[in-house]
Amino acid sequence: MGNQILIGTGRRGVKLKKILDKLLPFILSIAVFIAVATIVSLLITLITTGGHRLSWNLILNYPSSNPEEAGMRSAILGSIFTVGLSALICIPLSIATAIFLVEYSRGGRLASILSYNISNLAGVPSVVFGVVGLGFLAYGLGMGRTVITGAFTLAVLTLPLVTVTCVEALKTVPDDLRQGAYALGATTVQVVRRVVLPRALPMMLTGGILGISRALGEAAPILVVSGLLFIREDPVSLFSKFTVMPLQLYNWISRPQPAFVELSSAGIIILLLILLALNALAISLRQLLVRRMEQLWR
Amino acid sequence: MMANPKMVGLILTFLLVGGVVGYITGWYIAGSSMTGRGLTVTETRFVGEGAKTSTITERVTVTVHGLTQTTGPLAGDILIDGSSTVYPITEAVAEAFMKTYPAVKISVGISGTGGGFKRFIMGETDINDASRPILMSEAQTAEANGIRWIEIPVAIDGLVIVVNRENDWVECLTFSELKKIWEPESTVTKWSDIREGWPDEPIRLYGPGPDSGTFDYFTERVIGKLKASRTDYIASEDDNVLVAGVEGERYALGYFGYAYYPYAADKIKIVAVRDDSIPDASCVTPTDETVSSYKYPLSRPLFLYVNKRSWDEKPWLREFVYFYLENGERFVKQVSYTPLPSNYYKMAVATLKAGITDGLYSLSQISMWKNAGPH
Repeated sequence: MGNQILIGTGRRGVKLKKILDKLLPFILSIAVFIAVATIVSLLITLITTGGHRLSWNLILNYPSSNPEEAGMRSAILGSIFTVGLSALICIPLSIATAIFLVEYSRGGRLASILSYNISNLAGVPSVVFGVVGLGFLAYGLGMGRTVITGAFTLAVLTLPLVTVTCVEALKTVPDDLRQGAYALGATTVQVVRRVVLPRALPMMLTGGILGISRALGEAAPILVVSGLLFIREDPVSLFSKFTVMPLQLYNWISRPQPAFVELSSAGIIILLLILLALNALAISLRQLLVRRMEQLWR
Repeated sequence: MMANPKMVGLILTFLLVGGVVGYITGWYIAGSSMTGRGLTVTETRFVGEGAKTSTITERVTVTVHGLTQTTGPLAGDILIDGSSTVYPITEAVAEAFMKTYPAVKISVGISGTGGGFKRFIMGETDINDASRPILMSEAQTAEANGIRWIEIPVAIDGLVIVVNRENDWVECLTFSELKKIWEPESTVTKWSDIREGWPDEPIRLYGPGPDSGTFDYFTERVIGKLKASRTDYIASEDDNVLVAGVEGERYALGYFGYAYYPYAADKIKIVAVRDDSIPDASCVTPTDETVSSYKYPLSRPLFLYVNKRSWDEKPWLREFVYFYLENGERFVKQVSYTPLPSNYYKMAVATLKAGITDGLYSLSQISMWKNAGPH
């Protein structure tokens, strides 16, 4: 009904349309304001409660029961090890899957079944991946509760997310370019390598960073796969015991002593800084790629 | 300066070489200290199997190891997992122990009492932190896997029932009232449903979620059945959330661990509890004294479960457990739990050092009190 009035050509309809047209930016800006205000208030809360707890101790020390000495060294290193490794596993696999889906079997029945399932997989709760990682990798394959198990679990967890982005990235490459290259006699490999990938790679990288950011914040699957928190040695190999930052943060925040809650806020600031650094790295990499691509074009 | 590739390469090489050298040295030290000699006495005894008429014979190996402790520096691994409630104590003890014996590498997990027991009964971990005694089903699996254990009470935690500060009608609740409020399909929706004369206002309930040992203990102790609870309450594993909820709502009621209470005492009001299944029981307010003496009916023991084989084979683990008990009182207080009576810790160490590894539970005098919970 409402639609009909709006679409109708009567005077009243036109008036309403005009009012809506004027109002819409305000309505949209309210949405933006809510999103930004949430983040800003979160940051302000973090900095006011945890700002004074920021210190080198927090980065360089091992966990401790004394809040003055407590740090997240093993958790930070564990996070970097597992998440870094998972990115190395996940991003190439995702790109390969996406290329197969888009360039080789586009429109095929297999491709549609696969992509449907991948999208579904992206919505599976992360703790399920933890259970799979524990049952299949740690016990089934005998890898134990180690860095490599954690990395594979996180890789599988982020795989659907990154694959979906990579598929979208490949789809943004105009078909005219492909057809042109094929018309000149290029093979599929040549088309993918010289035409499609250079254009799609920047967006793929964004997908990769999204995946890494998600993996960095995951506590549930790691709690299942590793379960450890108090570790006073650095991870030195793929088969070291490990813990990650979200576990430490969660443990601190649920303790009664206010000092640990403050530490948790400070820890979150560090986690956010690491995320920011990763994002900055990805953006600069993307800029670099785009610039190289533009040179290629000339 | 940070981005100097030469520098980065140097640091990486250093880390790699250092790691390898450290790994080999650690392995060498750990390997060489395994050869501590001990005096092993084997005895045979009879163990009654509850109400069953058959008795089974069990071989018990008692290792007297006062003799082994003089040989060489202590070095090796100890893997601990289990309850996140016990974690702060174990963390504090492990940290202090590793300052004295840097070659002993202790790792502590927070998989939860149940999750930790799953690993423990497979023989994966040396020690399990537990906020409840081992369950029958877990004990059976352990037996099937040939895992035997030493049960050591290390501290006491209580549950506190709390209400809003403006609540001026509740002073004491009985177990049957608590059961009426929290049991599954409870009909209590207003305060007046609990006791005549209380406000005709809807009650708002706050409590821990079903994954926590606190929830397990409360349901088993108060409702009488493990994990049986009404579900229409606001649940959080984070006690801060529960406190904030009860603080903000006049008609709220909640429960959480006693360790948290001192930090929230000025925000909420505590309720005394009476176990009306015992005749003549009076209302008891939780304090350090009533909790540690088990006069407060919602006190619960916290345990360490030590794998018997690790105990026999790892002298550094025995030293760690002695250290845990000898300094237990101090560390337990430091992380705001309630210690057991101080003579318990001395007696426990002496008993263990004498080679007796069971009966520590009765030594802690917990079982004398009916209200100490199921065991």
